[in-house]
Amino acid sequence: MAELRTETMTVNMGPQHPSTHGVLRLVLELDGEVIRSATPTIGYLHTGIEKTAEQKKWQQVVPLVERMDYLAAQSNSFAYALSVEKLLGIEMPQRVKDIRVLIAELQRIASHLIWLGTHSMEIGAVSMLFYAIRERELLMNINELIAGFRFFPSYIRIGGLREDLPRGFHEAVNAFLDRFPTKVDEYEGLLSENDIFMRRTQGVGVISQENALAWGLLGPIARASGSNYDVRKYFPYSGYETYDFDVPTAVEGDVYARYRVRMRELRESVKISRQAIKRIAPSGAWACDDPRIVPPPKDKVYTEMEALIQHFLIYSQGFTVPAGDAYVPVEGPRGEHGVYVVSDGTNRPWRIKMRAPSFLAIQALPSIIKGGLIADVVAVIGSNDVVMGDCDR
Amino acid sequence: MDSNAVIATLTPLVTGASFEVGASVDFATVYVSADRLLETCIVLRDAPSLRFNVLVEVTAADYFPRAPRFEVVYHLLSISNRLRLRLKVRSSAHDAIPTVQSVWPSAGWLEREVWDMFGIVFDGHPDLRRLLMPEDWDGHPQRKDYPVQIRKAPQTYEPLEISEEEFKANLERDRLKRTN
Repeated sequence: MAELRTETMTVNMGPQHPSTHGVLRLVLELDGEVIRSATPTIGYLHTGIEKTAEQKKWQQVVPLVERMDYLAAQSNSFAYALSVEKLLGIEMPQRVKDIRVLIAELQRIASHLIWLGTHSMEIGAVSMLFYAIRERELLMNINELIAGFRFFPSYIRIGGLREDLPRGFHEAVNAFLDRFPTKVDEYEGLLSENDIFMRRTQGVGVISQENALAWGLLGPIARASGSNYDVRKYFPYSGYETYDFDVPTAVEGDVYARYRVRMRELRESVKISRQAIKRIAPSGAWACDDPRIVPPPKDKVYTEMEALIQHFLIYSQGFTVPAGDAYVPVEGPRGEHGVYVVSDGTNRPWRIKMRAPSFLAIQALPSIIKGGLIADVVAVIGSNDVVMGDCDR
Repeated sequence: MDSNAVIATLTPLVTGASFEVGASVDFATVYVSADRLLETCIVLRDAPSLRFNVLVEVTAADYFPRAPRFEVVYHLLSISNRLRLRLKVRSSAHDAIPTVQSVWPSAGWLEREVWDMFGIVFDGHPDLRRLLMPEDWDGHPQRKDYPVQIRKAPQTYEPLEISEEEFKANLERDRLKRTN
C-alpha cells in the first residue's frame, strides 16, 4: 500500500469565482477538507472613489458614493447626505425625512433580495435567485420612476431630494408592499424548513457576539449572534424613532441564524415602509428651504433675475460647507454604513471616507471559516453578504 | 457624554497623558498624543462608564501643508452606554503610531488601509502590507501631494516558466510565511 500523504494543500479561490460576490481572492490552506488557514486578498475593485471625491463639488459626490456599495446605492448616499447636512447644520422637512426612510427601507429589501438569491443559489437552491430577482425588479421599477435610473438613482441629495415624487409613486409602492409579504412566505416555504438548506447552514460559520463586535461586524451578522445593536434604535436619524418596528435577533450566530435575521428584517422593512408611505403626502416639500443649497424652481429661474443667478451659482460654484468633520451612520443592509466627511470650508470635500461593512466582514472571514470545511466557505461568504465594491471602494 | 466629560473620566486613569478637546458637531472628540494612545484605548474599552467595545473605523486625513500634516481618526462605539467617541492622533509623515490591534482586532485591516493610503506607520502591526493598492505600488494615493491622475506604464510579465520543483518550493515558502 502506498504511503498516505500528509502535507497540506494550498488552493487558490478567486478572484474570478462566481461565489466570491465580485473579485475576492482567498488562498486556502487545506488539510484534507478542513481549512487550516485562509488569506483574503482584496483591492481588485479599488477605484479610488475617495480620492476622486476630493476633486468634485459636494453635490457631485452623491453619484460617486452610490457606486461604492452598488447593491445598496441609496444607503450610501443617505449616509453621505446626513453627514454633510450635519456639517451644514440644516434640518430636513418632515416629508423629506419620511421619503428618505421609505427609500432606505426599499433599498434594504432590494439588497437583501440579491443576498437571498445569490446566497441560496450558491448552496444549491438555484431557483431562489429567479424568485428574488422577480421581486427586486419591482423595486428597480420604482427607482426608475423616481429618478430614471434603476441602479444608482442619486435621488437623495444634500439638502433633500432631487425633485418631488412622480405621479404613480404611491400606487407603485403600495402595490409592491401588498404583494411582497406573501412572497416572503413563499421564500421561507422554500428554504426555512428545507432539509438540505438547513444541513448546509446550521452550525456552520459560527461567530460569537463578542467576536463579532470585536471584529466590528455591526449589523445583521452581530444581530444573528445575539447583539441587539441597530443604528435605527440606538442613534435614530431621519425620524426613525417615530416608527414602530422590531429589531430581529438570533443567538446561534451561524449561517442559518443570519438567514433568519435577514428574512425577518425583510418583514420589518415592509412594516416601516407601510407606515412611511401613509405619512407621505402625494406632493409637498421635497427639499429644505435653504437657498444656498437647493436651486430655485424652474419657473422662477425663467422669470426672476435673482433666481437665475442663484441657479447659476449653485450649478457652477456649488456651495461651501463650514470647516469641520462629521460622521453620521445609518443602518445599511450590511450593517453600519457611515461616511466620515472632512470639510475645509470650501466647495469641495477635503476628505471623505466610507465606513464599509463588507470590508470588515471580509477581514473577519478567516477567523470564521478556520477549522470548517471547504464547502462551507461559500456558505459563509454568502451569509456575510459582502459586496466587493463596498469593500474596495 | 461630551468631550470634557470623557476627558474628566480618562485623566485619572491614564497616567501622564494630556488630552485636548476637539471641535465637533456630532459627538465627543478628543485628541491624544501617540505615546499614550495604547493606554488610553485600553481604558476606553475597559472603564465601566465608557466601555467602548467596538472600533467602528480607523481613518486619517491629510492636512498638508499644515504641520504635523496627518490626523489619524478612530471612531469608537459603546453599545452598552450608547456612546460614540472620535479619538484623534496628530502625526507627521515620520512618526509611528502604536497599533491598537491588541485592543480591538478590527484595527488590523483598517490600519493597513491607512498605511496603504497615507503612509502612516503603525508600530507593532504584524502585517503592514499594501491592502487596496498593488503590492509593487509607489507612493500613498490619499496624500494631498499625490497627483490625482498619473500614467503608469502597463506592466508586462514574462510567460510562466517554472519547474515542478520550483513550484513546490514556492508553495512551501508561502505556507511557512503564512504560518509564521
